[in-house]
Amino acid sequence: MNKVVANAQAAISGISNGMTIMLGGFGLCGIPENCIAALVEAGVSDLTCISNNAGVDDFGLGLLLQKKQIRKMISSYVGENDEFERQMLSGELEVDLIPQGSLAARCQAGGAGVPAFFTPAGYGTEVAIGKEVRYFNGKPHILEDALTAEFAIVKAWKGDRFGNLIYKGTARNFNPVMAMAGKVTIAEVEELVEPGELDPNFVHTPGVFVQRIFQGEKYEKRIEQRTVRSRGN
Amino acid sequence: MLDKTGIAKRIAQELQDGWYVNLGIGIPTLIANYVPEGLNVVFQSENGIMGMGPFPYEGEEDADMINAGKQTITAMPGAAIFDSATSFAMIRGQHIQLTVLGAMEVADNGDIANWKIPGKMVKGMGGAMDLVASAENIIVAMMHTNRKGASKLLRQCTLPLTGVQCVKKIVTNLAVLDVTPNGFKLIERAPGVSVEEIQAATEGRLIVEGEVPEMVL
Repeated sequence: MNKVVANAQAAISGISNGMTIMLGGFGLCGIPENCIAALVEAGVSDLTCISNNAGVDDFGLGLLLQKKQIRKMISSYVGENDEFERQMLSGELEVDLIPQGSLAARCQAGGAGVPAFFTPAGYGTEVAIGKEVRYFNGKPHILEDALTAEFAIVKAWKGDRFGNLIYKGTARNFNPVMAMAGKVTIAEVEELVEPGELDPNFVHTPGVFVQRIFQGEKYEKRIEQRTVRSRGN
Repeated sequence: MLDKTGIAKRIAQELQDGWYVNLGIGIPTLIANYVPEGLNVVFQSENGIMGMGPFPYEGEEDADMINAGKQTITAMPGAAIFDSATSFAMIRGQHIQLTVLGAMEVADNGDIANWKIPGKMVKGMGGAMDLVASAENIIVAMMHTNRKGASKLLRQCTLPLTGVQCVKKIVTNLAVLDVTPNGFKLIERAPGVSVEEIQAATEGRLIVEGEVPEMVL
């Protein structure tokens, strides 16, 4: 069992124009930087990207937006990106905004073989348009479909050859549920280790969900909002 | 009249010992600074942490530790980190006792609009729709009027809704109000603000019963 591929270029092999891909991360935290760079380099276009956010103008998914490689974004929050807003308002980019919890649950459901579920989130709003409404315990819920993708790309802290993954801090976010929902899941990690080095008790994503893994060449890990307190207090 | 800090201080008085609380971006974030002494309150950030601590000291920022506003944060002793699906399971499953968030408009039936201005601002709802649809206890923290002076407490929301009939309480720079079946019930006045001023700034139905006390901060 060896899922290791040489690098980001090899990892994204098979991702082609018009495909739907999932990308983990929240803001710029826990995003698969190396694979995004490789996708920019490979020039694949017409992508549908499922990702909580769309990066900033010059980092994260913003890099793919700049090159107009994305046709449609499925996200919950896309502020902080002027180019995104411009493409959306001009109609170049199709955007499906969905509640954050529904996004996470839809990915998890997709990976878990649950085709759809009812949730209260979005009832009575434009998110509910065209969706079945059913009452449970007297409260209205809307039917949400599961999400899957041809490729899911996640970023973890450590991973082994079998694809077992451990995330660090809040860089975990959407990565575990998206890892479940890819037909092919690519994991890029900061540190690739041998099987046995990760304590099975602390594995977050079992390797069964992962098909390809590699150690990223470098991680910029850009901080979007640097907030600190002074030591004087 | 209260400033943003005053609004945060007043909402902090609503906290109870042992509560798990989700604070939205903006004024709600400030509430963490005014937790009454002796109360144990645990703050969630919906990107995936329970037990969010203060901002890190300069030089100790960690790109892997942020809150839902993408600000660098620390974890309190006893914090837990989890994925986004688990985070919203806590929210949807009503394991969190209080949600505080900002709004652009609130209607007197508890409807809230805070995510979209058609044609102008389309940033997305983030976790707001899940939070308002699920929480049993929702307080809105906002200014009573918008920058143009128009009331944000309306008979009916004009902007696209985030959730329906969900807001329970509103704390503004002018007043504390409960949402009741008959409209906004005035509970407290901000220091130096008269009932008439609150009435003038409230477009929705306002219920005033007897003497309305001034809030004590």
